[in-house]
Amino acid sequence: MLIADRCKLTALSFRKRNPMNNLFTPRGMSRRHFLSHLAGSAGLAGPALALTQALSANAAGLKRNHKSCILLWMGGGPPSIDIWDMKPDAPTGGQFKPISTTGEGQITELLPKLAKQMHRLSIVRSMSTREADHERGRYYMHTGYVPNPNVEHPSYGSVIAHELAGKLQDLEIPPFVSIGGPSEGPGFLGMAYAPFQVDSNGRVRDAKASVEETRMMDRVELLGLLERRFVGENRGPAAAEHAKVLKSTLSLLTSQQMQAFQVRSEQQTVQESYGNSNFGRGCLMARRLVETGVPFVEVNLGGWDLHQDCFNQLQNKLPEMDQAMSALIEDLATRGLLESTVVLWMGEFGRTPRINGDAGRDHWARSWSVVAGGGGLVGGRVVGDTNEDGTRVTSDPYSSEDLMATVCRAMGISLETLFTANNGRPMKIADGGKVIGELFG
Amino acid sequence: MAQCASYCRSRRHATRIGSSTVLVVLLFAASLSSAARSDESQPTESLPPLSSESDVVVVNDINERIRQSWQEHELRPAVQATDAEWCRRLFLDLIGRVPTVAELEAYTSGNSATKQRDLVEQLLGPDYLEEFARNWTTIWTNVLIGRTGGQQRRSITNRGALEDYLRSALLEGRNYGQLTYELITATGSADPEEENFNGAVNFLLEKLDEDGVQATAKSAQIFLGSAVQCTQCHNHPFNAYRQNQFWELNAFFRQARVQRKRDPERENRRLGSVVDRDFAGEGRGVGFDTRGEIFLEQRDGKLVDQASVHQKDAPIYYELRNGQLQVAYPVYVDGLALVDVFDERGFTHGNSGRLAQVNRREELAKLILADRQFDRAIANRLWAHFLGRGFTKPVDDMGPHNPPSHPELLDVLGQAFRTSGFDLKSLMRWIVLSEPYSLSSRVSRGNRQDDPALGRPPQFSRFYVRQMQAEQLYESLLVATQADATIAEAQRGAMKQQWLRQFSMAFGTDDGAEATSFDGSIPQVLTMMNGDLIRRACSTGSGSFLDRIANDSQLSNREKIFHLYRAALARLPSKQETDVCNALLASRGGDVVGSLQDIWWAVLNSNEFILIH
Repeated sequence: MLIADRCKLTALSFRKRNPMNNLFTPRGMSRRHFLSHLAGSAGLAGPALALTQALSANAAGLKRNHKSCILLWMGGGPPSIDIWDMKPDAPTGGQFKPISTTGEGQITELLPKLAKQMHRLSIVRSMSTREADHERGRYYMHTGYVPNPNVEHPSYGSVIAHELAGKLQDLEIPPFVSIGGPSEGPGFLGMAYAPFQVDSNGRVRDAKASVEETRMMDRVELLGLLERRFVGENRGPAAAEHAKVLKSTLSLLTSQQMQAFQVRSEQQTVQESYGNSNFGRGCLMARRLVETGVPFVEVNLGGWDLHQDCFNQLQNKLPEMDQAMSALIEDLATRGLLESTVVLWMGEFGRTPRINGDAGRDHWARSWSVVAGGGGLVGGRVVGDTNEDGTRVTSDPYSSEDLMATVCRAMGISLETLFTANNGRPMKIADGGKVIGELFG
Repeated sequence: MAQCASYCRSRRHATRIGSSTVLVVLLFAASLSSAARSDESQPTESLPPLSSESDVVVVNDINERIRQSWQEHELRPAVQATDAEWCRRLFLDLIGRVPTVAELEAYTSGNSATKQRDLVEQLLGPDYLEEFARNWTTIWTNVLIGRTGGQQRRSITNRGALEDYLRSALLEGRNYGQLTYELITATGSADPEEENFNGAVNFLLEKLDEDGVQATAKSAQIFLGSAVQCTQCHNHPFNAYRQNQFWELNAFFRQARVQRKRDPERENRRLGSVVDRDFAGEGRGVGFDTRGEIFLEQRDGKLVDQASVHQKDAPIYYELRNGQLQVAYPVYVDGLALVDVFDERGFTHGNSGRLAQVNRREELAKLILADRQFDRAIANRLWAHFLGRGFTKPVDDMGPHNPPSHPELLDVLGQAFRTSGFDLKSLMRWIVLSEPYSLSSRVSRGNRQDDPALGRPPQFSRFYVRQMQAEQLYESLLVATQADATIAEAQRGAMKQQWLRQFSMAFGTDDGAEATSFDGSIPQVLTMMNGDLIRRACSTGSGSFLDRIANDSQLSNREKIFHLYRAALARLPSKQETDVCNALLASRGGDVVGSLQDIWWAVLNSNEFILIH
């Protein structure tokens, strides 16, 4: 109810600000009409018609009956030894001190705000992986599969968008949004499940049509004809994928749910709580998107490839992360969204326990930490352990597959789900990873 | 002891390779020194292109081998592409844009039996040289420094200077061997206004930091099609590359240094240059590492590698995963040590880091040029450019772990390319005149099974559809509409860069990785629907493309529509499409230019336009 009311309000204010603009005033009637032009003439059967028919006059009153996931992606590979699994007694433990938290473990002193949220999040200190190259690590951690020249695997967001598709009929904006970075692709699931990349200011480039609605409809009618003709000529998957993406784009162009991207329209105090940073705005946008019904949002915070000058740089990076991430957890909890939203913090790998000659740390995948919580996952726990200098996992090691299985379980996606990859082979979701039991009950 | 054993093992390994392949090494040394000589004696002249007869031989060879693989896989090739389809793809692939209506008609109306060959020669010849050079400058710049190289505020890479270098090399027809040699060995400043300017240094300029790890990885990747990136830290998990190979290759780059200085003209900007310096080897610093000491001893107050013969030997050290230090000297990826190369020449100082004795990058460039993998790698890359799939995927991760779909064909193409004197246009000519390039992109029952997306090796029994690159789209729209005819030449480049930049994003990691959003996803479709480039292309202002068509009294309305279809899609509208267009014209009540605008918009937004098919 609350959500629906809020959306009505934003819709009203939207109209008020644009009195002259009735191009795509998101009224149910014209939107339906509009999409039917594409669906009808382009012959984009099944899904398009279903979508059109499902549109109600009050499409904004979305019933959210699924869980969501927010991935905080730390591109470059953050030094988890300086953040979540500190080794103050080791000679290579770095210069920061650990502090106690509201959960089980201690974390770096540079995250005082998150320390107060740690009863809602758990740390997995026993990640042990093999991919210490950025590109391979990024792929592996996003898909649960190591790169393979013969198959392109779908990433978290694509898998989740695909699996929850049946519950997303009311969602008019893409189900997989990546803020401030490209995330990873849809692989064999196809471009319809590709990440929708936006910047953290919420400006979606070129999202405003340049002609009025009736003219746009004429254009779309001819376009639909062209698309259908070419697809009908058996030109392979690329032609059909284009038609699908076109449909998603038109849906988005005419949707008032696009308001979810407008972080600047959020109350000033809320904006301030997330901090004046791209990552902060990204986290705030993630909350707004989840609220609107988007099942997977990735927020990127890059710059962790700290081969040089690691500690000075952490003094800048960690407070920014602390502010935004703690505000996100608190905000989700306050709005009652945390129970249905998995929050996952990770990068492609950790960094060497050894400190190199440039006061930096290099790539290290053998023993590192991730953080997860929300969506029914247990908070406040520390899972796994590493040895005295952090060079080795001393408990059961966990992999990307295990982590993905855990997130899928939390989101109610069956781990028995089999995809048929484009090579015809059945592929298990999360590559048969085992759920991290300590994060449940 | 354990450290010593491991160290000795690696030395023994090196020796074994050296002795068991003496003959090979001798042949190698001979061939590479002659290759090097010919390069040095005629640095900028390219060899004359092959006679057309030998072109025919290569093309027939490609066709025979491809047909054979169709037979083996029980595939029936697609029908021939139409004249217009073939013409469109050839323009896009060779010069980076769609043909104009006039160009299209000139080709399709021709009756000559040699018209395919004639068009290829035309596009490779003087008439289109500027456009050819522009297209391949873009492609090579993106290969060498990515789409984001030199685009960041603090970058010292001068993208424009690299482009200028490549453009003049391409205009001149410089051969690929020479080009590679220049890129790998380049010294000088990156910026044209500096003394000692050399645009080619911009390839390596920002890859030499951190001991040249990226220079090593990218050179192997680009010129040898070998992905060695991971092996800097460990032996490759599933291919034959070993960690020592990475550092032995890296040792070739260690005389190269980057110098930075403040730009006297512009504040906050730094200028860069690449210089070669005597390299004394690592050692002093390493000696303080307790784990390293075992390999080092004091000679005349200097720490040197225990096993080195000469004090002038310049070793580098790398760390195994277990923390042990290993020593490395320049050894080419096939196991040929630089010290043995110099032995053959009668010198003992092959491991020296002194420039007066050894220029390591020059030696590396010669070794690369002499390596058969060098010609195979470029044959694979160009085949993928034209056919939509290489013999391996990706094209720059070749090796025993990723066998090519057509090893013999790849070898033949590579050898022919080598024989041609590394003439890129010859290689292009053979590929575009081959049968697989002439096939339709339509999937039929006889070739449905040939789908690389199914994870099967490609058999090229039909033309694999792929999307235009952002650069191709830009040029195509400009040529089709002359949208920038009124804009000064100097501004055009900047406008293009600005437009392209919106799609690229760097990850900010040490490997220079980047992503593009011009990938068929929603942001691209939004740009095509509402972006300023399309708006410019759809402009109806006085003198614009649409305005001129609309007001051309020679053309009936029907012909105007035909013209738009030809310009974008290289075909005429179907009956149904004509009906819709006519209905549009009728409903606009005589607003011809407005109707044409709607049609043009729809055509440009279609899958058929953005795809190369």
